[in-house]
Amino acid sequence: MDAPTLPSVDEVWRWLDAVPDPEIPVISVVELGIVREVAYDGDTLVVAVTPTYSGCPATAMIDLDIEAALRGHGVEKLRLERRLSPPWTTDWIGPDAREKLRAYGIAPPVDGTAADGRLALRAARLSGGNAAVLCPRCGSPDTQKVSQFGSTPCKASYRCTECLEPFDYFKCI
Amino acid sequence: MAALLDTAIDRASLFEFLLRMGDNALVLGHRVSEWCGHAPVLEEDIALANTALDLIGQTQLWLGLAGEVEGQGRSADNLAYLRDAHEFRNLLLVELPNGDFGRTLMRQFLFDAWHLPMLKALAASSDPRVAEIAAKAVKEVAYHVERSADLVIRLGDGTEESHARMQAALDELWPYTGEMFLSDAADEAVAAAGIAPAPASLREGWRDTVAAVLAEATLKEPAGAYAHKGGRSGRHTEHLGYILAEMQFLQRAYPGSTW
Ligand SMILES: [Zn+2]
Repeated sequence: MDAPTLPSVDEVWRWLDAVPDPEIPVISVVELGIVREVAYDGDTLVVAVTPTYSGCPATAMIDLDIEAALRGHGVEKLRLERRLSPPWTTDWIGPDAREKLRAYGIAPPVDGTAADGRLALRAARLSGGNAAVLCPRCGSPDTQKVSQFGSTPCKASYRCTECLEPFDYFKCI
Repeated sequence: MAALLDTAIDRASLFEFLLRMGDNALVLGHRVSEWCGHAPVLEEDIALANTALDLIGQTQLWLGLAGEVEGQGRSADNLAYLRDAHEFRNLLLVELPNGDFGRTLMRQFLFDAWHLPMLKALAASSDPRVAEIAAKAVKEVAYHVERSADLVIRLGDGTEESHARMQAALDELWPYTGEMFLSDAADEAVAAAGIAPAPASLREGWRDTVAAVLAEATLKEPAGAYAHKGGRSGRHTEHLGYILAEMQFLQRAYPGSTW
């Protein structure tokens, strides 16, 4: 009896690109940058996933969604691995995904603004947040940070002083 | 590294060190999570919950590795839920009751100002498993210290009432900070192996950070070098027992239960 043909790694990447992030369903787990590797160990498909934040409660849900999607495509031998290194960074969210975030109402990460714990930057942030965060609704640069943490660990709360709408900012990490 | 850990004594030192990292994150994470639903404003409630979440996530990584290093088949959950108070290795500072919002933030800042440089040093650990956990956690903790420093300054240099509360919090917590820089044989063993920095090496940077923030907050650094100690070797205040009673109840009452 012939062994069934295993799906190619490229095909698996395409399937994974159709698995939405459970908390931000307009982008896929691949676009979020958390799928780090797809490979075969013998005839077992191995998918390496990295957490966004170490305590992100969506991690278990994401693993479940990935497994369900791949099982749905007929994958029988599957192993999900957690990969910590290199640690996840918002740099891995590509331009297309950033545009999808913006259209969904979440301001995309502004590169180079990750916290590094240096308190010298404090004054700038205190006096109204980072001006480079544009309002996802009206595009105004006149925005203010309300809180460093928003509805999920990966987001901060902002408000626009032009159109007055509150919004989430996908903070840089 | 591999050769070093062949000896049981060094494995015991690494296990001890990992428990200290994990227990600090676990106990502080639990304390901070007590604010959920009680913070003065919604944004702060969410921020506190997210900080707690980061710390609990880091706990899973540190205690998971501790169990692996110990080699007795204990998981992160086993270590969190099935040890008694004398087996916990956290600093006394993190088990102290929350007090008011200002005191919670002051404790967070005093801890964060130590936690960040500790994780930065650990990111260059000779043990790659330690380094990768630290490299992950350091990004989260960089946000913690920026926030706690901001709030210490705002509240310290705030109203008469908020200033007085922050000074009282600082005076009360200050004697609990010295424990962060003490060392014992386990610390010396992991430092000699290049796994972790010697605790005392972090003191100067911590003092600089704290002094700068307190000055901007118009708060006065307390005099006196007395340090409460014992948490790192399992001698705790009465407060830890109450935390564990709440945290461990389910696993104690229904052993082995899972979601
Ligand atoms: Zn706007």
